[in-house]
Amino acid sequence: MTDTALQSKGPRRLGRFSVVLRDVISRPSGAIGLTLVLGHIILALISPWLVTYDFKSMDSSLILEAPSAEHWLGSDHLGRDILSRVLQGGRIALLVTGIATPIALLWGGMTGILLGLVGGRVDEVVMRVVDAFLSIPGVLPLLVLVTIFGTGNEVMVPTLAFFYGIPVIRVIRAATHDVVARDFVLAARARGHSRLSIVWRELLPNVRDAMLVEGAMRWSWMLLAFSSLSFLGFGVAPPTPDWGVMIADARAYMPLAPWGVLAPVIALSSLIIGINLTADALAKAMGIDRARKAVV
Amino acid sequence: MLRMLVRRLFLGFATVWIVSVIIFAGVEALPGDACTAFLERDAQGKLLENCRNDLGLNKPAVTRYLDWASGAVRGDFGVSPDGQKSIASLVGDRVKNSFLLAAGALAVGVPLAIFLGVITGLWRDKWVDILFSTGAIFAMTIPEFVSATVLILIFAIWLDWVPAIVLTPADAPALDFFPEFILASVVLTMVMIAHIMRMVRSSVIEVMASDYVQMAMLKGVPYWRIVFRHALPNALLPAINVVALTVAWLLGGVVVVEVVFNYPGLGRTMIDAISDRDLPVVQALAMIVAATYVGVNLIADMLTILLNPRLRTLSQRRK
Repeated sequence: MTDTALQSKGPRRLGRFSVVLRDVISRPSGAIGLTLVLGHIILALISPWLVTYDFKSMDSSLILEAPSAEHWLGSDHLGRDILSRVLQGGRIALLVTGIATPIALLWGGMTGILLGLVGGRVDEVVMRVVDAFLSIPGVLPLLVLVTIFGTGNEVMVPTLAFFYGIPVIRVIRAATHDVVARDFVLAARARGHSRLSIVWRELLPNVRDAMLVEGAMRWSWMLLAFSSLSFLGFGVAPPTPDWGVMIADARAYMPLAPWGVLAPVIALSSLIIGINLTADALAKAMGIDRARKAVV
Repeated sequence: MLRMLVRRLFLGFATVWIVSVIIFAGVEALPGDACTAFLERDAQGKLLENCRNDLGLNKPAVTRYLDWASGAVRGDFGVSPDGQKSIASLVGDRVKNSFLLAAGALAVGVPLAIFLGVITGLWRDKWVDILFSTGAIFAMTIPEFVSATVLILIFAIWLDWVPAIVLTPADAPALDFFPEFILASVVLTMVMIAHIMRMVRSSVIEVMASDYVQMAMLKGVPYWRIVFRHALPNALLPAINVVALTVAWLLGGVVVVEVVFNYPGLGRTMIDAISDRDLPVVQALAMIVAATYVGVNLIADMLTILLNPRLRTLSQRRK
């Protein structure tokens, strides 16, 4: 990790951003990953002007139709246009995880920094609770909450943001621990800076890299959890098309109409791989070893 | 060293205790209880009252927590409200099946993952490394239901080599699952290999760049002797923890794979219990899985402490 806190503010910080970005793009994994992610985001933004069919409209004459000039990716078991549904599914996945990831990063990161700074008994107790939460199997609390409170986005976003913030606490706390012991934090203390100013001016700039990489990783895990929930039938409510739901539905007709499965499979895989390749390149560019992170 | 082991053991138990409180409180905070879920629309008046009396739901929450927790310690999770069957017997077979699936995946996955990790670590940035490291990112990040679906499409439908789903009942002997559970364990093994391989790879790279290995190289110690005698024992130590995390994940977190392949293990039981709002079963399963997770990690940490001389003296090395 570089000592960004020691650098002066202003143009040089912007300079570091473009240095990192250039490094990410120069790596094959970064270039491919970033292209995939940006491609997905752009498609999601412009898709209302792209689709010519309503993703809800059914047509009995088109049931399980193979890809054709009218329906580029074919149609599903209710005669709905698969291309429109895949595009719409991308909008929903990006919307939900795009809101939930920053929230998770914010609350998990802030808690982690505070715990790392305060230390002592508070830290010890809170970390036990964090460990306890991490040992409960991932999808279980999500499933229970979704069954009780329903499947709307207003349930999914806070639920995902809460549960995916917990592992962030762990990582950021560890990163903060490494920084807190350094001389410049001691110097800031000696100068009589308040805790808030130490967090803001000394700690945050130094754990920012770790947070960014962690955020990218959490984003991909969250996307995975979100689509897994819909696949299991606990995600978004039909007829809203989510990639997980589409794969689950089309699986039954796989021998007859494999394109129904392949379209959402490729869409989901390319986005998740894109995010991970970007995160990987980002971690390398910033000098953080991502493989060292455990499976949580 | 003994003090560290005792401390670690104590922390493990503390975590399990906190988990039990979280699970109990979580279920308690949900609207409705086992009786309203079981009786559904008939849940009112005398019927509800009787059911609650039968299951002891009228006692204060603290008493019920103590009853539940002391039962759970003895392996008795009470009876499910429907069918009046004991939860322990219901879950027992499923635990065995999940164990079978995990054992299958581990037996193939761990040696292969360590081998690949060492190879890619030693030949860093060569074509072998690029090939397997890229493959690992794919295996690790593609959702299990996606890879499972694709594998079923290719190997069960197009090539017709293996059965697509498991039809064997939950209480069948282990051998009956044989041809059917291959695809499921392949999916799990792929994810598992990716995680362990990446960890071993970065650990090998780190150790090979360390001063003592450089020193041995300068002294002219044969390359393979350095690798096997000096580098690997240190490089493989961190792998213990990743393997432990994978074991814990295999025993509890494979809900999606079990659903896709219709495999009668813990994960699918969990989904069924949640759909039926069978809260006592959900509580029991969550507790079993969480305790396994803590237990496996505990064993891994203790092994690491025992095997790594550096950890014996520095009591504050663990974060």
